[in-house]
Amino acid sequence: MLRRFLIGLALAFLGLMVLLPVLAIFTRAFADGAAAYIAAIIEPETLAAIRLTVVAAVIVVPLNIVFGTAAAWLVARYRFWGRRALLILIELPFAMSPIVVGLCFLLIYGAYGPVGAALEPYGIQLMFNLTGIVLVSLFITCPFVMREILPVLMVTGEDEEKAALTLGANGWQIFRHVVLPNISWGLAYGTMLTMARAMGEFGAVSVVSGAIRGRTMTLPLQIELLYNDYNATGAFAAATVLTALALVTLIIRGLLNRFGPAREVHP
Amino acid sequence: MTFFQTSRLLRRGFGIAAIAFAGFAGTAQAEDRQLLNVSYDIARELYAELNPAFIEQWKTNTGEALTIEQSHAGSSKQARAILQGLKADLVTFNQVTDVQVLADNGFVDADWQQDLPNNASPYYSLPAFLVRGGNPKGIEDWDDLVRDDVSIVFPNPKTSGNARYTYLAAYAYALDKFGGDDAAAQEFVGKVLGNVAVFDTGGRGATTSFVERSIGDVLITFEAEVENIRAAEDEGAYERVVPSMSLLAEFPVALVRKVAEERGTVDVSEAYLNFLYSTPAQEIIASFNNRVHDPEVVEATADQFPEVRLVTVEDVFGGWDEASKTHFGDGGTLDKLLRN
Repeated sequence: MLRRFLIGLALAFLGLMVLLPVLAIFTRAFADGAAAYIAAIIEPETLAAIRLTVVAAVIVVPLNIVFGTAAAWLVARYRFWGRRALLILIELPFAMSPIVVGLCFLLIYGAYGPVGAALEPYGIQLMFNLTGIVLVSLFITCPFVMREILPVLMVTGEDEEKAALTLGANGWQIFRHVVLPNISWGLAYGTMLTMARAMGEFGAVSVVSGAIRGRTMTLPLQIELLYNDYNATGAFAAATVLTALALVTLIIRGLLNRFGPAREVHP
Repeated sequence: MTFFQTSRLLRRGFGIAAIAFAGFAGTAQAEDRQLLNVSYDIARELYAELNPAFIEQWKTNTGEALTIEQSHAGSSKQARAILQGLKADLVTFNQVTDVQVLADNGFVDADWQQDLPNNASPYYSLPAFLVRGGNPKGIEDWDDLVRDDVSIVFPNPKTSGNARYTYLAAYAYALDKFGGDDAAAQEFVGKVLGNVAVFDTGGRGATTSFVERSIGDVLITFEAEVENIRAAEDEGAYERVVPSMSLLAEFPVALVRKVAEERGTVDVSEAYLNFLYSTPAQEIIASFNNRVHDPEVVEATADQFPEVRLVTVEDVFGGWDEASKTHFGDGGTLDKLLRN
């Protein structure tokens, strides 16, 4: 009885809070017909926003994979002064409101912040362009990969790595043949999360974007702008693209879950 | 450099350096001459139509190809972004105070309001009413807004510039009606505020409350917005009502000299700003339901804009600084009236 009730409750909740809104996006996007939907998607500014969002993610994700993996290995395998501080610091992006992140970056890297002002004479501008968007996205998404890998590294321990070392493997070989196979699923999950967040981030990007149409508008910003322009079809059509990108990410994650090992780590 | 090339560079392993370079190159390199017009949030379609007209005119006059980029967001946020390094050649805002901030920081000439006609405001609007089809509550003027059976929607004047105009317009009307009696005016505005069904934080939220959630009998916003909302919804579902008296809402424009000199765009930026006052531009602006000054266009569009007596913030309230202090500051008149 209780079991039935709980299942019903969970399904009702998911249906109302998750499925319905997602369906509503697609329903509204096609409300004026498929032709209007396609026209809204291939509108140059929306296409530019899609491209910018993907490019920013393509830059951010590899950098945070490298950084997150290195940081996780460092924290899991070495004891050093400042280790605990590093652990806390790396989770700071989770705790900070994105809008505050954006404002901090403006203060430091804006044309009149200490770093921004130093680069200004060389004609290098960090904010209100792709660089700014990439920088805040890097910050916002930097904990994901590390957070996914760290528990796996902790669980597997370093016995295998030590064994490899005694067999004469160098650092790279150990990483390539011992560590990487162990963490690969965690790494994949972390990558998915990083990608989803990098593409979906609104608040921080909104502050540093400069909102230049067709140049520095990411998809989330573009959606809000279209909506504010009373262009509901355009806004929801763009939203379907963002949702589809997120769904693809989730499906890949689901496939990994299905075929991946280590269920005790990722139920 | 395109984004695609940027990402390819990166894949070749240039790493951070490539990102920095891409950002730099993205702003510095261009074949055509480039202008960046940093503007307020709901002017996108207006400038999307104005820009091609100017580009064509500039090409005819000088033979130069020109690209105009647009940035749209709340004008206070935009002013702040320019102060932080957004390279705007010129601004087209909906708040005088936001241009003044740029002038105070040396980005815009100190006497910018004298540089162009009509206080550097090529068009104007005013708070007006949007009522439901057939005007069932018979709302014609500010007097109807204090009736007990009328429920009003407009954003919170604490957070919305748009709503500050509405608040001050009601106040100015009351001062006029009661011969300058401030106590009577406060009572009048207090009743208007008491009839507000929901205070949204911004104009878009208020529109959603009124149109999609069907709250209230009347939505108050700029006349141009009123007409745009009416046009976006079913024919006859809503009607515009222009009160007998309202407050002049200016849309100030200015050259951001500091940036334009750096980018070598002073000549084309100034030409652009002057273009906004030309007859073809004023025709486009009026077609978006903004009121203009060009006599020819005013005459041609007379049917479109009902007559209204307009007062200014300067005349009635001694300017925005003064009005902000007296009415919108902590413990100001607005706070007092909202408490009652």
